[in-house]
Amino acid sequence: MSAANKPKAGRQATAALGANNAATPAKVPAIELKGISKAFGTVQANKDIAIRVMPGTIHGIIGENGAGKSTLMSILYGFYKADKGEIWIKGQRTQIPDSQAAISAGIGMVFQHFKLVQNFTVLENIILGAEEGALLRPSLAKARKELKRLAEEYELNVDPDELIDELSVGHQQRVEILKALYRQADILILDEPTGVLTPDEADHLFRILDFLRKEGKTIILITHKLREIMEITDTVSVMRRGEMTATVTTSETSPEQLAELMVGRKVLLNVTKTKANPGATVLEVEDLRVRDEDKVERLKGISLNIRAGEILGIAGVAGNGQSELLKVLGGFANGTGTIRIKGEEIDLTGKHSDGQSRRARGIAHVPEDRHHLGLILDFMAWENMIFGYHTEAAYQKNALVMDNAGIIAHTASAMERFDVRPPIPTLPAKSFSGGNQQKIVLAREIERDPVLLLVGQPTRGVDIGAIEFIHKRIVELRDQGAAILLVSVELDEIFALSDRIAVMFDGQIMGERLPENTDEKELGLMMAGVAT
Amino acid sequence: MEKTPKWIDVGLIPLLNLLIAFVISGIVVLLIGENPVQAIKVMVDGALGSPYGWGYTLFYATNFIFTGLAVAVAYHASQFNIGGEGQATLGGLGVALVCLAFPWPHWSIALLAAMIGGAVFGAAWAAIPAYLQAKRGSHIVITTIMFNFIGASLLNYMLVNVLRPRGSMDPATARFANSTHLPTFHDMPLIGQFFGKSVPANISFFIAVLACFLVWGLIWRTKLGYAIRAFGRSESAARYAGISPVKIVMAAMLISGGLAGLMAINNVMGTGHRLVLNSVEGAGFIGIAVALMGRNHPFGVFLAALLFGFLYQGGGELALETTIPRELITVIQALVILFTGAFDNMLRAPIESFFVARAKANKEA
Repeated sequence: MSAANKPKAGRQATAALGANNAATPAKVPAIELKGISKAFGTVQANKDIAIRVMPGTIHGIIGENGAGKSTLMSILYGFYKADKGEIWIKGQRTQIPDSQAAISAGIGMVFQHFKLVQNFTVLENIILGAEEGALLRPSLAKARKELKRLAEEYELNVDPDELIDELSVGHQQRVEILKALYRQADILILDEPTGVLTPDEADHLFRILDFLRKEGKTIILITHKLREIMEITDTVSVMRRGEMTATVTTSETSPEQLAELMVGRKVLLNVTKTKANPGATVLEVEDLRVRDEDKVERLKGISLNIRAGEILGIAGVAGNGQSELLKVLGGFANGTGTIRIKGEEIDLTGKHSDGQSRRARGIAHVPEDRHHLGLILDFMAWENMIFGYHTEAAYQKNALVMDNAGIIAHTASAMERFDVRPPIPTLPAKSFSGGNQQKIVLAREIERDPVLLLVGQPTRGVDIGAIEFIHKRIVELRDQGAAILLVSVELDEIFALSDRIAVMFDGQIMGERLPENTDEKELGLMMAGVAT
Repeated sequence: MEKTPKWIDVGLIPLLNLLIAFVISGIVVLLIGENPVQAIKVMVDGALGSPYGWGYTLFYATNFIFTGLAVAVAYHASQFNIGGEGQATLGGLGVALVCLAFPWPHWSIALLAAMIGGAVFGAAWAAIPAYLQAKRGSHIVITTIMFNFIGASLLNYMLVNVLRPRGSMDPATARFANSTHLPTFHDMPLIGQFFGKSVPANISFFIAVLACFLVWGLIWRTKLGYAIRAFGRSESAARYAGISPVKIVMAAMLISGGLAGLMAINNVMGTGHRLVLNSVEGAGFIGIAVALMGRNHPFGVFLAALLFGFLYQGGGELALETTIPRELITVIQALVILFTGAFDNMLRAPIESFFVARAKANKEA
């Protein structure tokens, strides 16, 4: 998709979003949960949860990772069976043993990871599982008509004959919503819907949700972004450690209060950091180009530099080349162009273009995807603590065997320093929560005293308490004189940490700004490729 | 999360699985019209009831330890090496060439040289599929199984056209010199008195046990083992860490092929004293089952190899003593593989939840 035909409508409509909807709620709640409890083994994922959501409202559910939001919604959608408790839909006590029952009760779910068949068209995806009769054609024709109506009614424009593969993420999400509406859902659950969207697309989504609310649909929005809660919801419930700590009217609360309810203590949403004191240039990148396996150019001539003691933040919507940039710098993708570390050129395609050589040059890398790159989930914490550095002499007992006992001791102290809980080196990485997993990766990379630290999405899937800690450590490393390249899709994070901000779009750097001279609006336009 | 005690995971569940496999085997025996209790008795007596039986059981187990370890090492790098049969065949060729090449003064020197010969030939046979996998992405399962056939044909050619002594009608090499014959259990001090002259179990058994320790050390104590396990668990993470996929696939498969090739010191040098066609007799494939049942851990492989050695020897006795056909032993082996490997989770889930529930109840009480 080129920048020119991107939807530009409706920036102005954003303002209307905050306004509370005036629809008078009927007396009977669309959904009422009473005393829902669910335990996995000894872990109490949900404890005596009660919610009432009135029809025609948007209800937010906010909480840290592992607070039990997803479990609760899975119970509502029939993936899990609650140990205790009742579900009432529109005044009727309802049993939801499976998702089919949820659909017939009028519940639709839009998952964080879309459940779409990539090589089917939009229309085929929409009727999937809702086909009528043995022949496909009548169902398709019916769906086409219905789709047209829905598109007009809710501004949900998608070409029904386009392949899912060829749609942007925002459009794919619309297909998910359409799927639910086609099944006549009047209660819509959205799980972290804006995680993959540009600010522009997120605005559009909220506008759609607003239309749906006006039509009397009930929407449950699960998110960890306080701003979205404040912007679109009517009421909000806060979950913490499996319990519902509060349900408040959105207009009567503040982000600070919600954050406090989530974490159970006051949190600093802003990182305290002094002004950067940049030294000599550490990283110079010139005309960096990368092609993927299909020979598509993913980086189209990137040039940037970072000096010692400063953080360069790369803002952008996921999939615009940030991952490729990190991979080339980290040594596990090939590219062309020039990369210099402290003036010395590094090998981009040859024998020394691998993670080991990069580490030897003082480049540490906290990858975007800790599950597939940063950690081996089946490995124990101590095995992960040396991952990528396992050939270092310090970790060998002699020429033959590794010094496992020494590594375990080292890991125990590193876990202490980085507040990894529980601090047990012999626990497999998969047993830790997202935040603690990230702390393991961070401990490993930061404690190397790198010349350059590459950080991708440092706080993705990490709870608020850990975010604070991770941000602090990154700033500390900067103050010790490391150059830091930060890639994040969270603008809040970019603003909180960066000394300079570069925006990436379509494999190119659209421009650079100083955080004090710009705002989210401007960056948003750059991220969409509209401005430079 | 509650965890089940380790003894349940590695002890109780495999044993229960075995029990079910044996019970069903018993039913099959019953259907044939034989007495299952009698059959078990014959098997146990034949395989474990006498030093003679043990001599055979341990001989077979030695083969299975080598091929089982071969599969296990490759598995840790997430390579499914089902070419153990061909690699062991080629290992046999290597051992035979070494034994025939030189008038060895003493068996110990011959053994060392033969081990190198067997391992190098086995590794070389694994190297080609490994290279094709690492560099070209040709699936290792397909290529290794193809190489089993090529290996068999190659051996056929070598025996018929190259190595067959002049005038011999038999597709086999000449007999190895007496100085290359390995000491059997009968020839050994201390234990020799228990074993008859004809037992095939020989010093290779102890080399197989040593190999278990070495493989354990390799996988869990060395840099290479660390890299192999990391690559096997997550290729993408391994690339992030700078672990070269090509190097790891090659290294793991060379070691794997070498272990399979080493088997030949047992069956070719230890007992055959010459190389014949099909000397491997399926041990390469049984290695897959042994590794599966042994959960790719050298100690598990050792135990599983003993079990399969028992099944092999006991099954042979069964065919001799009763009207139960030898093929039934294949059925029993298949049932053991089915229940310990494929159906493993069938029992695992209920047993684990039972113990978790009990632990929880104890805690609350």
